[in-house]
Amino acid sequence: MDLIFEGIYKAFYLLFTLDPEVMGVTLLSLQISGTATLISLFVGISVGTTVALAEFPGRKFVVSLINTGMGLPPVVVGLFVTIFLWRNGPLGFLGILYTPAAMILAQAVIATPIVMGITLAAIQALPKNLRLQILALGATRLQMVWILVKEAKLPLLAGVMAGFGGVISEVGASIMVGGNIKGYSRVLTTATVMETSRGNFDIAIALGIILLLLAYSINLVLTHIQQRERPR
Amino acid sequence: MSKGSSILKVRDLQVRKAGVLILDIPALQIEEGELLSLIGPNGAGKSTLLQTLASLTKLSSGEIIFKGRTVTADHGGFAYRRRLSMVFQDPLLFDTTVFENVASGLRIRGMKKEEIDQGVSENLERFGISHLLQRSARKISGGEAQRVALARAFATQPEILFLDEPFASLDPPTRESLLTDLEETLRQTATTTLMATHDRMEALRFSDRIAVMNQGKIFQIGSPYEVMNHPVDPFVASFVGVETILEGTVIKADQGSFLTLVGTKKIEAVGDIGLGDWVTLGIRPENVTLAVPPAHEATSARNVFPGTVEKVVPMGLYYKVQLQCGFPLVAFITTHSLDNLKLEEGKKVIASFKATSIQVVKKREKSQAAL
Amino acid sequence: MKMIKSRKFFCLGALALLTALLMMGNPVQAQQKNIILATTTSTQDSGLLDVLIPMFEKKTGFFVKTIAVGSGQAMAMGQKGEADVLLVHSPAAEKKFVAEGFGVNRRIIMHNDFIVVGPGEDPAKIKGIKSTPDVFKKIAAAGALFLSRADKSGTHTKEMGIWKAAGITPGGQKWYQETGLGMGQTLNVASEKKGYTLADRGTYLALKKNLSLDILAEGDAILLNVYHVLEINPAKFPKVNVAGGKAFADFMVSKEAQDVIKTFGVEKFGSPLFFPDAGKKEEDLGK
Repeated sequence: MDLIFEGIYKAFYLLFTLDPEVMGVTLLSLQISGTATLISLFVGISVGTTVALAEFPGRKFVVSLINTGMGLPPVVVGLFVTIFLWRNGPLGFLGILYTPAAMILAQAVIATPIVMGITLAAIQALPKNLRLQILALGATRLQMVWILVKEAKLPLLAGVMAGFGGVISEVGASIMVGGNIKGYSRVLTTATVMETSRGNFDIAIALGIILLLLAYSINLVLTHIQQRERPR
Repeated sequence: MSKGSSILKVRDLQVRKAGVLILDIPALQIEEGELLSLIGPNGAGKSTLLQTLASLTKLSSGEIIFKGRTVTADHGGFAYRRRLSMVFQDPLLFDTTVFENVASGLRIRGMKKEEIDQGVSENLERFGISHLLQRSARKISGGEAQRVALARAFATQPEILFLDEPFASLDPPTRESLLTDLEETLRQTATTTLMATHDRMEALRFSDRIAVMNQGKIFQIGSPYEVMNHPVDPFVASFVGVETILEGTVIKADQGSFLTLVGTKKIEAVGDIGLGDWVTLGIRPENVTLAVPPAHEATSARNVFPGTVEKVVPMGLYYKVQLQCGFPLVAFITTHSLDNLKLEEGKKVIASFKATSIQVVKKREKSQAAL
Repeated sequence: MKMIKSRKFFCLGALALLTALLMMGNPVQAQQKNIILATTTSTQDSGLLDVLIPMFEKKTGFFVKTIAVGSGQAMAMGQKGEADVLLVHSPAAEKKFVAEGFGVNRRIIMHNDFIVVGPGEDPAKIKGIKSTPDVFKKIAAAGALFLSRADKSGTHTKEMGIWKAAGITPGGQKWYQETGLGMGQTLNVASEKKGYTLADRGTYLALKKNLSLDILAEGDAILLNVYHVLEINPAKFPKVNVAGGKAFADFMVSKEAQDVIKTFGVEKFGSPLFFPDAGKKEEDLGK
């Protein structure tokens, strides 16, 4: 128990004094997971909407792929991304292994199916005739898709929250592709694992608490927006 | 009605879904300014026809010709769709304010702020919902929502209006009030309208023509009078249900009741009708009483006509008796009465029905009666 | 409905964004500034590299990516050419590594030592015994709790060597528990459960204040933990940053680095954590 209190105390101490290393690690966590979530937003919403609205042979298969992708174990993603990014791997020429870019890539791969799957479900849940109604108002295909996305903005926001939540707390892939390099690719989660393995439990707990606070406050903002616009 | 040219023509229109033919219309012509109702049972193809004509559903073969030019699928046909509007049974409003909803069609067309403001306020006014301008679409009643949907549809000044059972989910008083406002707006704008409905009274009240559909085909199309009184086949006949439809001019009107000249007979009914108006009256068969002469009981029925039984049709629990009284009249009679009165073809009877039981299905004011 | 065309625009945009982000990770020119150093967690955890590497980077302008994993994985990375230089402490495995042509220029850097730690009560009564294999024999005989890292790390390899020397196979015995964890965590577990374990002095000293473990055996030659630096063979792996690897290795044997090693830890723990050995022969150590 003392350890936990020590950890809580240390957490606030580090935050209060704006400990540069902790600030750096926190900022990097936000940057990396934020960018990955942004990418997953673009790719996930556009592909999810396309699949939801289009009819093509093999559609059912694609939908089940997306749904499976939502449950991809992050560490498996990390393993495969690492193998691809190895110097001698197919994407080795990019030379991004052990960089933040690789972490963004891995996290984007993890988050995108989540956003895609939720978008797919959200668009399909819209009233069947809504698409026709929008077309009847004279919309072009592009306008129609945009309006549908706006109509589904609440569940889509939930999807983005789920994607972000998934990657800000991810550790396996981040360690593998990032290398946990001090001041460069070390984020809250990977630092927590490292401090724990070193036996510095108080610091580990402190970092854990900061991560919790971070995840909580971001979700608080997003939830507030979502609940404010609650439908009838 | 204006003698418009055909605004919309259909040639050999077919729609297939999963190989099955769900719509088969060899020919159809819609006149400019007319209101055509589509009636028929569920699954008859009414919605499919509307959506196909609105270029929302792809046709499998055939063509649609709008104002002389074939409607193509260029850019998914949106150039054509910009000239029409559609309202569904579900108002399908957007999650925003009433103003934004009504403005949506205009915004899609990229109109300027002033045009949008004007278009919105004009149409909110038409449907009596100006006070709802800034209200969230989530916070209005069903009837108000459908008004918003209609305002939205009219804001884009459509050349054709498609209505797919728009009043089906509304309660009667709401429906009534909406119908009145819609009627008024249609009259003002002279918009060509195609409406699908399963309410025969609605179809009768509104339409210039009615098309009876079933199994993806149009079984009959014509004026309400024609369709109701001269059904081409048993299906249409059984579908139309209001057995007696009569048309005539009002020759006397006062104190809330009026006298209509139908052929050579005068029928009394109640209603707020003016002298010289042209009316379509509906008489439900269950409201017609028959008596055999020389029995003359004192009766409060204002309409008493001698006539001849033309046909007696068994309907299971009762009989349908078709009479000719100077106008065609249909009555439902119980088996008992049939036996008691010994009704059969050729028998002379006295038919009576109350003035209050007559439905004024449609009226056209004197100034508009073109006939 | 064919709306794939409009969606393509969006998808293309997203793809472009992604590619741009990936590209900014490392333009080809900057490649040569990066050195991938594979080393062990215990080396990393000692904190020594946190001093040496910034020195090296400042001096040479290289950027060192320290990938701290178990010795096994570090070697495996070397065998795939996925690292440029190794800093490890598994002499037997290292020799094999060089013999098989994966590494070149194996040079000794420093050494520290292992210690046997355990609960103050010392239930197996090992304190005072000089020979480490004998210490292990006594622990086994007493059936006293012993924690092993069991992760193919340098520490674990050393431990297995000692068991072999003692002629004991500890695997599967009730008193022998394998944690599969790093040194720091294993020490914590040993402290909690009042068990014995083999640890490197550096990690023990760093965590001492949180542990209730005492040093019960030390000083034996077999407990020496020798660190070597190995450059990855460019002949086998053309993509290796040869210049970078060599520069780092050269730095580690340089006087500058060796002086740092000599005094590292004195301020914090009272005694140095490592002993610099550049230029010496492995066999000469501990004598």
